[in-house]
Parts: sequence; C-alpha cells; structure tokens
Amino acid sequence: MKIKTLWFLLLLFAPAAFAGATLIVGSKRFTESYILGEILAQTAMRANEEKVVHKQGLGNTGILFAALQSGSIDIYPEYSGTIWFELLKKNGAGDLAALNLELAPLGLGAAVPLGFDNTYALAMLDVRAAQFGISSISGLARKPELKLRMSQEFLNRKDGWPLLKSAYALPFEPLGLDHGLAYEALAQGKIDVMDIYSTDAKIAKYGLRVLDDDKHFFPSYDALVLYRLDVPGRFPKTWAELQKLEGRISEKQMAAMNAEAELEGKPFSAIVADFLASETGQQSAGGTNNNLLKLLFAADFWRLTAEHLLLVFVSLGAAIVLGIPLGICAAYMPAARQMILSAVGVIQTLPSLALLAFLISMLGTIGVIPALIALFLYALLPIVRNAYSGISDIQPSLKEAAQSLGLPFFARLRLIELPLASRAILAGIKTSAVINVGTATIAAFVGAGGYGERIVRGLALNDGATMLAGAIPAAALALALQGGFELLDRWLIPAGLRETTSA
Amino acid sequence: MIALENVSKTYGMQLALAPISLQFATGKITALIGPSGCGKSTLLRLMLGLIEPDSGRVIFDGQVLSREHVQRIRHAVGYVIQDGGLFPHLTARENAALLAKFLQRGARWVEDRILQLADLVKLPLAALDRYPQDLSGGQRQRVGLMRALMLDPEMLLLDEPLGALDPIVRSELQTELKSIFTHLGKTVILVTHDMNEAAYLASDIVLLREGRVVQRGTLNDLLHHPAEPYVKQFIQAQRSLVTEML
Repeated sequence: MKIKTLWFLLLLFAPAAFAGATLIVGSKRFTESYILGEILAQTAMRANEEKVVHKQGLGNTGILFAALQSGSIDIYPEYSGTIWFELLKKNGAGDLAALNLELAPLGLGAAVPLGFDNTYALAMLDVRAAQFGISSISGLARKPELKLRMSQEFLNRKDGWPLLKSAYALPFEPLGLDHGLAYEALAQGKIDVMDIYSTDAKIAKYGLRVLDDDKHFFPSYDALVLYRLDVPGRFPKTWAELQKLEGRISEKQMAAMNAEAELEGKPFSAIVADFLASETGQQSAGGTNNNLLKLLFAADFWRLTAEHLLLVFVSLGAAIVLGIPLGICAAYMPAARQMILSAVGVIQTLPSLALLAFLISMLGTIGVIPALIALFLYALLPIVRNAYSGISDIQPSLKEAAQSLGLPFFARLRLIELPLASRAILAGIKTSAVINVGTATIAAFVGAGGYGERIVRGLALNDGATMLAGAIPAAALALALQGGFELLDRWLIPAGLRETTSA
Repeated sequence: MIALENVSKTYGMQLALAPISLQFATGKITALIGPSGCGKSTLLRLMLGLIEPDSGRVIFDGQVLSREHVQRIRHAVGYVIQDGGLFPHLTARENAALLAKFLQRGARWVEDRILQLADLVKLPLAALDRYPQDLSGGQRQRVGLMRALMLDPEMLLLDEPLGALDPIVRSELQTELKSIFTHLGKTVILVTHDMNEAAYLASDIVLLREGRVVQRGTLNDLLHHPAEPYVKQFIQAQRSLVTEML
C-alpha cells in the first residue's frame, strides 16, 4: 500500500524537461495577430532556431506588453499606433525612431515594419465608388447625398469622427451601426460608406474600395515587431531572417490571409507556410481544412495533450500534497476547521478569468505558472472536504480502538485513519482531476497551452469546428481520467473496505 | 494493581461518575455491572486514558496515569470491546499483529504468537487471512481477544465483549473466556449488564448505579446481604423465567 502510493505520487510529479534557448513568440487574441505571430515563429524555425514556441492568443495588449517586459515572451507583432498611444500613452505622431527612443529604457525595441498599416479607414462598394467617381475621403465632401454610418467606437472617440469631419469638412451627421452588420448593409446598398479596419478579411469578399486618406488624417498603425532588446544577441540567426520580412506584407496580402483564416477556415500554420513559401515558389498543400477529424488530430495534438496533462497533473499533485494535510487539520483542529473549509470554499467561487488576471498582475508573468496556481487552488476544495469528512466519518469506536492500542497520533493516522478514509479521499481527488481537465482549458487565455488553445482560436475565428477540436479531446480526457481512477480505486482502497471481497 | 482515587467525570451537565475510589488486585477477575448509564464503561475508558477525569487520579502499579506514561500503560493493557472493534481494512492476522509490528517485533516472533493465540482462542487458521466483514460475530470477538493479548499484557479490560452475540455463541464463548482467564491468571476487569455472566466469570462483582458504587462483593454477598434495596431489585429484574420454571 505504501509503495503503491509513492509510485502514484511519483507519476504525478514526473518532471517536464525544459532545456535550451527557446524563442518565445506571443500573439494577441484576434486573427491577424495569430497570423503575424505564426509568421514570426515560422521565420524563426526557417532560420534553424533551436527551439521556437508560439504562445497564441494570449489576450489583450496589456497582458502581452506585461509578458514581454517580464521576459515571459521575447517578441510579438504589434502596431506602431498602439505602442505610441496605448502603451506609451503619447499624443500626436511618433515615427519608428521616436518609438524606439521611448521603448529603450524599458529594455524593448520596435523594428521590421512589415509593410502594411492596419488603421481605421472609410470604405464603400467598389461599383458604387466608381459610379460616383470617388477614390479618396476628400471626394466624399462633394456628395452630401451619400448615406454614412459609423461604428459607435469611431463615432465617440475624440480622435475619431469629430476630428475627421472637421479635417475633411464632411457634410454628414452619421448614425451608429454595429461593425458586424456594416458589410451586409453596404452590400445591400442600405448604406454607402462605413468605417472599417484597412486589413479586414471581408474587404475583398464584398468588393469594397478603401478610400484614400489623402490628408493623412488617420494615425498610422504600421504592423511591426515589438521585441526585447536582448533578442538580436540571443537569437542572431532569427534576427537576421526577420529583417527580410520588412515591407513584405501588403495590406491586400494581409486582408487575404485574414480572409483565408476567417472565411475559409484554413489553419494559421498552413496560411503562413504558403505565404512564406510563395516567394521561394514552394506552394504547400494546405487548402481549406474544415474537416473535424483532421482538425482533431492536427500536428499540434500531442503537444496540446502533453501540455494539458502537465497542467492537470502538476496542479492536482500539489493540491493532493497540501489538501490532504489541510483536511486532516480540519478534522482534528476544531479551531482551524471553519477557517480552512471556508477558505477553500471561497476560492471555488472566484471566477477563473478574474483569478488568472489577479495572479498575472501579482506574479508579473503569464503562462504555465499562473495557470498552475489557479488550477491548484480550484482543485483544493474537493480534496480538502473529502479528506476532512472521510476522517471525521470514521466510527468513534474504531478511533478509540486505535487509541487504546497505544499507537501514537501519526501512527494511527498512517495505519488506521487514512486507510479507512481512503475511499472518500480518492473520490475527492477524482472529482478534482475531472474538474481540472475542464478548467485547464482556460489556461490557453494566458498562454499556458493545452486543448484550450483550440477553443480560444475557435472563439477568435468564430469557428465551431476548431472549438470542438479542443472541447472533444478535453471531454474525452475527463472520461478517461474518470475510468483511470476507477481502476486506481481497486488498487489503492484496501480490500476489506470494498463492497464485496473474493473470500 | 490498579487503583482509582476519588475519580469523577461529568459529560456536560450529565454526571457520569461521582467521586469513586476502587482498587483491583493483581490476578483477580472483577465484573463491573449495572444498568445503562451507570458509569461502568466510563470507568474502563478512564483507566485507558481515553477520557480524562474531572478530578482524582488513576494509578497503575504505583504510577499515576499521565500523558507521558499513557502509551506505555496502554501497551500493558489489553482492551476488548463489543464486536471486537476490528479495523475493517486489515485481515484478522493484520489486526492482531498491528501493534507488535508497529513496535518492531520480529516477523517470526509475531507469527509464532499469532498461531499460539489462535489456538488459545480457538480461531480456525483459515480465518486468519479473512477481513472482519467475512468473519462471524464469534470469530470477530476471538480476533479482538487475540489483538488484546498479543503483547501478553498484565491486564485485560473487556467492555461488553459478548454483547453482540446470539445466545448459543455467547454461552460457548463465556465458557471459553472462563477457561482462558483461568489459564492466563491475569488481572481482568469485565463490564457487563448480565448478572449471570458476571457471576459465572468473576469472583468479585461491583454493582454501579448513577455513577456510584452500590455494593461490591461476591454473588453470595449481593444475594444474601444486599447493601440497599436496589441490589435486590436489580437481581430480581435479571431473573430468568426459564430457570425458574426448571
């Protein structure tokens, strides 16, 4: 029994080996950022970098920036305007040199403008624009009969519509319209002009013309690479290869890649592989990929499985190591009981994303560590509660019998009470394990990987098949664990405590 | 020798033992008898240090029962409770050997002792490897007795040891207990509510009521020189209709 328990714990703690210099690429949680992140990662791989990890869809700008500063990631695609206005909180215009002047004290740098500008733009149907003879925003002023609608965000930004209206002396008072509905409204001729992002996937699909910003009103949101200043020194091969990306991606190409991902459901890796190969003329056999089976067992399946298992078992192991003693304390120390049981109960009520956000700001890092801590905390309640009730439910006469033999406290615990409570304790561990498999899918939001990566990607793309490709293995893993624990029960629960024995 | 000096115990508002003083001489068999709630089980649990007295003290061979001596004293006392009090996750053999193994007696010694005790309590060898749930009530009680006798204690405390058994097994075990007690010659304190059992197994009977000693003596003393009317009342309530008709 003792040896078996040891083996069990050893298996739980089988260490994951991390070694060598690893370039960690990050990306935000929207299609274009996924694709650009993948371009950086694949470029690094083509440069024969020893190890490259792409932590996809890490969340919003703030999380990525914090991760970059703390060194949790080395590099990620960002936009000049976002760095200048949002991260550095500057006003007016800032060119690349000005950006780098401000970033240097933070140990960061911006480089390799990729060649396109993802900024606000006004667009209209190509045919309609031709009909009115409009190619630039100035042209709109001459046609006051046009119907304009703007997104609420653009209408209400101080540097949005009000300034645009005065800069171009536009004679319109547009109403707000949800971005998601704008393309259909344009296509059906219900409206004529709408604000969009210049690399939207749907520009080509709906045959839109992006009007020329001839007075250079919109600040530029040039896509570029934001990196830690030690990257060129640590990864010289990659750095040299990344320089070649400068000016390589046009707005049209970016919009086309976005469309491949969002409208055709082509995997990011394939889109990027095709893009990078197009110059050297080696088109990959990517193609559209909406086949669920193919998505399920895509190349990343085993990596995601390993990451998911690591998250579940390491956090579970830690919860066992702390949770069982806590349950024992709750059973034997009436003074601490209420505190322990309510503390683990309260943790359970914290929303997972809020807990993760809190842990990230507290630890100053993203990735596996905050995810493991969150999962560990969630796994505590069933283990602590079951250990507590398992021990308090032992018949008082048996506890007294153990005492009357003259066994000291820890010997009674080890020889009598823990074995008698083993069924309840294992049930608690089983519950925690199964819950953890589900909860671990949120780890992807903070770049800790696992099946959640597919769910997050599916959410970003609004692609049900990709979400299922993450949800199905997670559910299967939960069932498999449940079954595994049933077997473990037979092995770990003493024969005399089972329903029937062979005798 | 074990002595209780002015020992008292209350549970909340409920008096379990009024200050009581009792002595049990080495090698003698004493029965504590009385109705439920008279304090007879409380006395045994006090002697084992399972509960602490509100006042007074328990003395073993001149040594006061205290926190530092309690484990050593427990090793020198065998305790048997109703239905054996066996640990369900251990086989009969493991139950009996538990303490000896914890105290690191050699495997050979343990095995020899188990066989010797199985023979003494008449437990079939095949039953040694069964779990308590697969043993009969009588067998469980025999294993409980083996566990109590494992380290050859100076003293045996038995709390209603035969309470859960059917009449035939009970009478069979009474006979065997008597021969075991005679054979071992140990100090024995037995708690029971059955006067026949007390009189059959013990020479010395202590009748308790509501936490105090009503009378102590032989069956003959209790029958013919009752200390107060309650003694007669208690004995009469125990009369057997069947015996009277015989």
